[in-house]
Amino acid sequence: MTRRLPRGSSSLWRRVAGGRVGLRVVAAVAGVLAAVRADAQPLPLKWAGDSEGGAPYVEADPRDPARVTGLDVEIAELIAGELGRRAQFVQVAFTSLDQSAARGDFDLALDGIEDTPARRASLAVTVPYYEFREVLTVRAADAARFRSLADLRGRRVATLGGTTAYELLLTAEREHGVAAVSYDDDVHPYEDLLNGRVDAVLLDNVIAERSMRRMPGLATQPDAVAIGHYVGILGPAQTQLRDRIDGILRAAMTDGRLEAILRRWLVWNDDQPRLYARIVQAAVPAPPTAAAPRASGWAMARQYFPWLLAAAAMTLVLSCLSMALAVCLGAAIAIGRVYGSHLVRGLLTAYVEIVRGTPILLQLFVIYYGLASVVRLPAFVAALIGLGLNYAAYESEIYRGALLAVPRGQLDAARVLGLSAWQTLRLVRAPQALRFALAPTTNDFVAMLKDSSLVSVLTVMELTKQTQIFATNLGSWVLPGALCAALYLAMSLPLAHLARRLEARWKAPEAA
Amino acid sequence: MSEALDVRSLHVRRGPREVLRGVTFRVARGRLVALMGLSGSGKSTLLRAVAALEPFDAGEIRVGDVRLTPGVRRVPGPDPLRREVGMVFQFHHLFEHLTALDNVCLAPRHVRHRTPDEARAQALALLTQLGVGHRASARPRDLSGGEAQRVAIARALAMEPSLLLLDEPTASLDPARRRALGESLAELAASGRALLVTSHDDDFVRDFASEVLILADGEIVEAGAPRAVLDTPRHAATRALLAAQDR
Repeated sequence: MTRRLPRGSSSLWRRVAGGRVGLRVVAAVAGVLAAVRADAQPLPLKWAGDSEGGAPYVEADPRDPARVTGLDVEIAELIAGELGRRAQFVQVAFTSLDQSAARGDFDLALDGIEDTPARRASLAVTVPYYEFREVLTVRAADAARFRSLADLRGRRVATLGGTTAYELLLTAEREHGVAAVSYDDDVHPYEDLLNGRVDAVLLDNVIAERSMRRMPGLATQPDAVAIGHYVGILGPAQTQLRDRIDGILRAAMTDGRLEAILRRWLVWNDDQPRLYARIVQAAVPAPPTAAAPRASGWAMARQYFPWLLAAAAMTLVLSCLSMALAVCLGAAIAIGRVYGSHLVRGLLTAYVEIVRGTPILLQLFVIYYGLASVVRLPAFVAALIGLGLNYAAYESEIYRGALLAVPRGQLDAARVLGLSAWQTLRLVRAPQALRFALAPTTNDFVAMLKDSSLVSVLTVMELTKQTQIFATNLGSWVLPGALCAALYLAMSLPLAHLARRLEARWKAPEAA
Repeated sequence: MSEALDVRSLHVRRGPREVLRGVTFRVARGRLVALMGLSGSGKSTLLRAVAALEPFDAGEIRVGDVRLTPGVRRVPGPDPLRREVGMVFQFHHLFEHLTALDNVCLAPRHVRHRTPDEARAQALALLTQLGVGHRASARPRDLSGGEAQRVAIARALAMEPSLLLLDEPTASLDPARRRALGESLAELAASGRALLVTSHDDDFVRDFASEVLILADGEIVEAGAPRAVLDTPRHAATRALLAAQDR
């Protein structure tokens, strides 16, 4: 059994051992360590998946949430057993599996991961262990009229972001005029299909069948839009381990152990024996061609740049509108808390504390998904309201502080002159408070530009989400990350500059 | 009707402390009455009670035809009292975000509902009359102490009050400016207004006040013509006050 040394330890060893000083000491210590290691248990096989994705891949065991079950869990255990190692599960968000594998956070990821050209280029990829079909699911009532993507012109079609299905939808956007909607998970697309936010979902048949079992009223079209395969992924340097795993998978295909696992999870079908026959004969099927052949980073950057710009525009528009809502509402809350009756003050204080004390992500989910049975807000509106309501709480604290910072003497002077409370607020207190509030408000606007990336969970395609998709396709974060950062800076730096100018103007009125 | 201000046995309590303990006096139109006393004697509290910035506990205050009652906080806004009484604060409290001119125009426009042009013309006339017409477009932070005070006086006068209260107007002025201020205030009194002015400066009071009230421990202990009271002080508090001035 080979022992897996932590990454980088061999180069460290060379550096230390190469030095002349203490060479013997180092050698002696290494000898002791080697002896200790020889007695130790083999390192566990750390394998990753996302239990939020759920059955049949990886899900938290309903009887023991500390454990996971699923077909990928059983395959991981099968592989670990053959390697003579213990399978140790590592929870990693589905969208981060590629990056995490490249970083070397685990040995292997198995979670219904699709075989794509980008993955083959940037990671070590196992032979496919399952063949799936990309299928179109619609509401049962629409089954006769929405048979293919071509029937869905002008309609919203949902899928999981960063997948081959999403690429297929982007192609269909150009060819058939459908509107692609990207989700961060594979459950909400079907919920939104049922409640009418989208008109079809394109995803793996495994997921489609699972959703049809859970939600009555859906129908899946029999014809596959495309064919895909699930593979395991490893860090790009782990080709040796990958080759051993390929051998184990081929053996399990031949002796029926893989079939047994897939049958247990009700996903076995006639496509698999055909796939296995090809794999066992060492023919690895080509990854789906839906995604364009991998171009160079710069070529892809050129291709993606207009999309990033559009996403940046979405970020800017959403942030501006949300901030406008937050400023108006925040000012109203602040005024209510300074001037209101006990009851009004109590209610507003409760609002501020609840909003500040709970995560904005939870608030967005409640507004978009939680309220869907009462009011079905479009994603953009839900995002706008969610961000606006959240920021209003923070803005109100700034404005309340600013109102209280206006000196008492100013209010006395207004009072002696006979100004009413409202006139005093409007003509004296608020204009002076504005100057105290300007810098922190601008600060919050810059924060809003970045926090708006959270609304991608509501399928709003803003800058960070688009960058994520770009990075997934490219198999690297370097170029997309740099472009994304440049776009955010292009939006936030002028704002900071504007704030400084406004402040300067109000501080030196002679210049005005 | 010639009484602009009539204060009778005014009591003000702040917590356990009785700040004013039965103060009675009058200010007639055309008179400049000076209110003297050591710090903490209750001068500012008295002015703030007359301006209805703070409630009082017992007694009566009459400003023109308006009667203030104990324990009542007047609602801000249009109020006959506000036509009768104007106030110039020790630290002026000019509206920081407005120019000198706009400080003076604000209340005439929004409380008296003058047109912008009317308010502007009146404000410019007042600022010019007080010698700060050339500073009309300056912001408060750019005015000297004396200029800010004149703008504050103009702001109060723009509402045409029959009674003008000034809190320590001489405190931050050099002797030449003190003299100029005294002359301006005397002119205002001569034009038929009543002025109640707190001051620490006995020379200023001698030269310009028509009457002086000595306040000590919340009571008026001496009152009369300034020279009579200040040149031959009878009460210990008055002597202490003058001694404090000389140091």
